[in-house]
Amino acid sequence: MENLIALLIAAPLVGAALLLCGGKRLDRTGHWIGTLLAVASFAVAAVLFTDMLGRTADDRALHQHLFTWIPVGGFHADLAFQLDQLSMTFVLLITGVGSLIHLYSVGYMAHDERRRRFFGYLNLFLAAMLLLVLADNYLLLYVGWEGVGLASYLLIGFWQHKPSAATAAKKAFLVNRVGDVGLSIAIMLLFTTFGTFAFGPVLDAAGTATSAGEGKLTAIALLLLLAACGKSAQVPLQSWLGDAMEGPTPVSALIHAATMVTAGVYLITRSGTVFDAAPAAQTAVVVVGAVTLLFGAIVGCAKDDIKKALAGSTMSQIGYMILAAGLGPIGYAFAIMHLVTHGFFKAGLFLGAGSVMHGMNDEVDMRRYGGLRKHMPVTFVTFGLGYLAIIGFPGLSGFFSKDKIIEAAFAKGGTEGWILGGAALLGAAITAFYMTRVMLMTFFGEKRWDPDEVHPHESPKTMTIPMIILAFGSVFAGGLFSVNEAFVHWLEPVTSLAHGHPPLGATATTAATVVVLLLGVAAAWLMYGRKPVPVTAPRGSVLTRAARRDLLQDDFNHVVLVRGGTHLTDTLVRLDHTLVDGAVTGTAVAMGGLSGCLRRLQNGFVRSYAAQMVGGAAVLVAVTLLMRGV
Amino acid sequence: MNPVTDVHTLWTTAAEVPGRIPAPHIEYAQISPTLIVFGAAIVGVLIEAFLPRRNRYTAQLLLSVVALAAAFAAVIGLAAGGFATTKAHLAAMGALAVDGPALFLQGTILLVSLVAVFTFAERRLDPAAHGKRVDSFAAQAAAVPGGAAEQAAVKAGFATTEVFPILLFAVGGMLIFPAANDLLTLFVALEVFSLPLYILCALARRKRLLSQEAALKYFLLGAFSSAFLLFGIALLYGYAGTVTYAGIAEVVADGAKQIDPALAGTMGNDALLLIGGALALMGLLFKVGAVPFHMWTPDVYQGAPTPVTGFMAAATKVAAFGALLRLLYVVLPGMRWDWRPVMWGVAIVTMLGGAIVAITQSDIKRLLAYSSIAHAGFILAGVLATTRDGISSVLFYLAAYSFVTLGAFAVVTLVRDAGGEATQLSKWAGLGRRSPLVAAVFAVFLLAFAGIPLTSGFAGKFAVFKAAAQSGAGWLVVIGVLSSAIAAFFYIRVIVLMFFHEPKADGPTVAVPSPLTTTAIAIGVVVTLVLGLAPQYFLDLAGQAGTFVR
Repeated sequence: MENLIALLIAAPLVGAALLLCGGKRLDRTGHWIGTLLAVASFAVAAVLFTDMLGRTADDRALHQHLFTWIPVGGFHADLAFQLDQLSMTFVLLITGVGSLIHLYSVGYMAHDERRRRFFGYLNLFLAAMLLLVLADNYLLLYVGWEGVGLASYLLIGFWQHKPSAATAAKKAFLVNRVGDVGLSIAIMLLFTTFGTFAFGPVLDAAGTATSAGEGKLTAIALLLLLAACGKSAQVPLQSWLGDAMEGPTPVSALIHAATMVTAGVYLITRSGTVFDAAPAAQTAVVVVGAVTLLFGAIVGCAKDDIKKALAGSTMSQIGYMILAAGLGPIGYAFAIMHLVTHGFFKAGLFLGAGSVMHGMNDEVDMRRYGGLRKHMPVTFVTFGLGYLAIIGFPGLSGFFSKDKIIEAAFAKGGTEGWILGGAALLGAAITAFYMTRVMLMTFFGEKRWDPDEVHPHESPKTMTIPMIILAFGSVFAGGLFSVNEAFVHWLEPVTSLAHGHPPLGATATTAATVVVLLLGVAAAWLMYGRKPVPVTAPRGSVLTRAARRDLLQDDFNHVVLVRGGTHLTDTLVRLDHTLVDGAVTGTAVAMGGLSGCLRRLQNGFVRSYAAQMVGGAAVLVAVTLLMRGV
Repeated sequence: MNPVTDVHTLWTTAAEVPGRIPAPHIEYAQISPTLIVFGAAIVGVLIEAFLPRRNRYTAQLLLSVVALAAAFAAVIGLAAGGFATTKAHLAAMGALAVDGPALFLQGTILLVSLVAVFTFAERRLDPAAHGKRVDSFAAQAAAVPGGAAEQAAVKAGFATTEVFPILLFAVGGMLIFPAANDLLTLFVALEVFSLPLYILCALARRKRLLSQEAALKYFLLGAFSSAFLLFGIALLYGYAGTVTYAGIAEVVADGAKQIDPALAGTMGNDALLLIGGALALMGLLFKVGAVPFHMWTPDVYQGAPTPVTGFMAAATKVAAFGALLRLLYVVLPGMRWDWRPVMWGVAIVTMLGGAIVAITQSDIKRLLAYSSIAHAGFILAGVLATTRDGISSVLFYLAAYSFVTLGAFAVVTLVRDAGGEATQLSKWAGLGRRSPLVAAVFAVFLLAFAGIPLTSGFAGKFAVFKAAAQSGAGWLVVIGVLSSAIAAFFYIRVIVLMFFHEPKADGPTVAVPSPLTTTAIAIGVVVTLVLGLAPQYFLDLAGQAGTFVR
C-alpha cells in the first residue's frame, strides 16, 4: 500500500511536465489531461483512505522511503513520505477540492488561449502541495513549501499582460520570501539541535525536551510561526493576499482559500510538540491568530470588490485556525477541522464569485451587482449555502468547527482566555456582518447594472457541478465530523487531544455565538438590505476608509520597511561597491590577466608544444627522483 | 609462476623445440565485448569494399549500433555473471583483466560510443549538397581541400562512411586500454585507439584545413608521447624483468626475488623504476589532457569535426583514466609515496591551469577543451585518494562527465550560420531568446560542468572531493573548490550571454536535427539529471565495481 504514496504526487507531476513541455499539440486536450490526472490522484487518495480506515488507529501511518540524496555523515536528505491521519486529511482535501477546481476551470478558462499552461501550473501546484503534506522530514517539506510558492507566483501573475497582476505576483513572492527565510533558518536550527530532519525523531525529542533548552525551542517555534505567517497571510505578513486576487478565480479558490494558505496551519500542527514545549511562542501564535482574525474581518467589511472581500474573510478564517493551533492539544484538531470545512465553503464561495463574474463580464465591484438571484439560481443557492456555512448558521459545517474554536479559546483560561474568546466571538459577529453584506449586495436588492450591456446568465455545467458538490460539503461536512467527535478522534494519534472546559460551559458559549451571529446579520440587513446600495461608494468613516486601504498595511510597509530598507540597501550597496567589489573585481582582473598570459603559451606551433612536453617530462622525472632523495 | 614469464621463457627457448609451443588459452566469452566490436569493425571494412555506395550509410549505421549494443549487453552479462566482483580474474594469459573497474568503464565507453554514433550519423544539419543529405565528414578525405577532386566528390554525393568502422576500431582499443594488464597490451591498445582518432580528426567537411592541421598536431604530439610511454615501459621492464602489472608490483613490493641473469645488472635498480614510472605516467597524462601535457587539447578539439570532438572528449577520457587508475593502483601502489607528491602537483596545475585559461577563450569548442582540462584535474584529485572510495568516485565522475560532454558538443553542432557551426562565443549572444529549448538544454550541461547541485556534475565532484579529503588531501580539495569557483565563472558567463544579452542581427540559426542527434542530446540531459537527482544508486554501483583484480 505504501508504494502508492509516490503515485499521489507523480500523477500531477507528470501532468505538469506533459502540459508545460508538451507544446502546442496538447492545446486541444491539455485541460482534460490535467483534470484527469488530478482526479487520478484523488482516486489513489481514496484507495489509501479506505485502506487506512481498515487498520487500527495506532497502526495507520504509512511510510515510503524512495531514496537518500547523498548521505554525508549525519546529514541525510531523504526523499521519503509519511502518510498519517493528518496528511491523509490534507491529501483528500487537496486532491478532492483540486479535482473539482480543475473541472471548474475547464469551463472558466475555456476562452483563454494559454489554457494548457494554466492547467500545467495547476498540476504543478497539486504536486508541490502534496509533497508538502506528505514529506516525512522538514527538508522535503521545504521543497514542497517552495514549490507551492512558485506555483502561486506563476498563477497570480498568470495574466501577466496586466501590470497589476505582474506586480501582485511579485509582491506575493517577496512577502513569502520573508516567511521562507524563517522556515529555512528554523530547519537549520532543528538540524543542529536534533541532528536530523525527520519528523519522528525531531518531534519525539522536542516532546521530551532534554536535548534542547526552552530558549532554543522558542526560537525555532517563532521562526516556524514567521514561516506560517508568510504562507498563510497572517499579520504582519498578510499584505499579499488581497492583491493575489489578481489571479484567475479558480486559483483564488484553490490556492488562496482552500489549500496553500492553510500550509501555515499544517506546519504549526505538525510541529505541535515543538510549540507545546515553548509556551512563549504559543502565546505569540494565539496573538497572531486573534489579531489576524479581526484584521481580516474588518478589511472584509469595507471592500467592494467581491474577491477582495472574500480574501479578507479567508485571512480572518485562517486567523481562527492559527488561534486554535496556538492553543495546543485543546485546539489542534479543531484547527484542522475548521481548515477542512473552510476548504469546502470558501472554495465554494470563490467559485460562486467566479461564476458571478463569468456572467457579469468580469465585473468585480459588488456595487454594480444586485438582484442576481433570479438570473443565476444555481450560483445563488450554492453561494447561499456557503454563506450560511461560513457565518456559522446552526447545523451547517462552519457552525460546528467555529463554535469549537471559540469554546477552546475561552477554555484557555484566565484573562487570556477571556480576551481570546472575546476576540473570536467578536470575529464571528463581524463575519456574519460582512458575509451578509456580500450576499445582499450581490443577489438581493435592485439591479445596479445596465441591462443593455450586461446579460447575467447561469454558468455552464462544468462550473456549476463543482459548486454543487462543494455546497454539499459546506452543509454536511461539519455535522458528519462531529458525530461522536469522529474527526477529533481520527486525528488524535497525531495531534494528541485534551478537552478544554470553557468557564461558562459549552452551551452558553454556543448560545453566545448564535446571538452575535444574529446581531451581525441584523446590522448588515439594516445597512444594506433595507435601503438601496449606492453605486458609487460613500466617503465613509475614518475606519471605513482605512479598511478600504487594508487598514493602511501597505502604507505602513512602505514607510517602515520600504523606506528603511532602501536606506539600508543604499548603504550596503556603497560598502559593496567599495570594499567587496574591490576585492572581487581585483581577483577577477588578476585571473583575467593571468589567463591572458598563460594563453600565450598556446601559440599553435607543434614545436613549442613538444618542447613544453619535454620540459614537463623532465620536471616530472626530476621531482619523482627528488622525492625519493628527500 | 605467472603466465607471461611462461611465455617469456617459452619464447627464448622456442628455437630449440618448436613443437612444444602450446596454443594460448583465450577465454573468448570473457573478452567478448572487445571481440564483438573488433569483429564489427572488420565487417564494416568489408562493407566499404563490397556494398554499393548508396547502401553503405544505412548498413554501417545499423552494424555499428547493433555491435555496440551487443557488446554492451555482453558487458552486462559478464557483470551479472559475477565477473565484476567474486569471479574477477585475468583473462587471455594474463593480458586482460576482467574485473569491476574494467567492466564498469567498458560499459560506460560502449554507451558513450553508442550515443556518439548517433551524432556521427546526423545528416540533417548541413544544407543538402546537390540534392543529397550530407553529414559532418568530408566527401572524400583524400581530396585536396578546395581542389577540383573535392568539388567532384561533393557533386557526386560521396560520403565518408568509413568513419563508422574507424570509430569501432577506436572503441575496441578503448575497451582494451583500461583492462590491459601488462604494459605491452597497454601500449598496443593505446595505438589501436589513437590511430583511428587521428584519422577521424582530419575528416571535417567544413574548415578542412583547420581539421587537417589539428589531426597532424594530434598525431605528432601523440607519437611523441607514445615514445615517452614506450621508453618508460622499457625502463620498467629493465627494473622488474617482466611487463605484467602483477609481476612489477611484486618486485616493487618485495625487491627482486629471482634475478634473471640477463638483467642482473639492472634489476631492482630504483632509478629505473622511478624514471620508468614517471615516463609511463606521462604517456597516460597526455591522453587525459593533464597540464603540462595538455597543449594538444584545445587545438584538436577545435579543429576536429564536432561529433568526433564529443566522442574523443568523452570516451578517450574514460579509457585513459581507467588505464591510469589501473597503473597506479595495481602496479605502483608500493611506491605511492614517490608518485603521490608529483601527481598532487599535476592535479593542482591541471585544475588551476584549465580553469584560468578558459576565462579568456572566445570559441565555444576551445572553451569546452579547457573545461575538459580542468575536469581532468578534478578527476586526478579522486585518483590520488588511493582508496576504494577514490576508485568508485572516479568511475562515477567519468560516467557522469562523459555524457555531459557528449551532450554539450552535440548541442554545439546545432548552432550554425553560413560557414557551418558558429563556434564563436560572441555569436551565441541571445540564443535563449531565439531558441529557448536548445539554450536551456545547453544551460543544463553548463551547470553540470560547473557542478551545481541536482546535476550529475555536483554529485561527481562531491564524490571525488570527498574521497580526496578522506585520504588526507585536504589542501588539494581546497584548491579544487577554488578552481571550481573560477570555472563556474566562465560557464555562467555563457549562460548569461545566451539568456541576458540581446540577439545579434546576423546571429546564427539553430538547425533542426534528425531524431539521431535529438536522441543523443536527450540521453545526455536525462543522464545528467538522473545522476544528479538520485546519484546514490549509481555511486553504489561504482562502489561495487571498485576493486581491481591483481
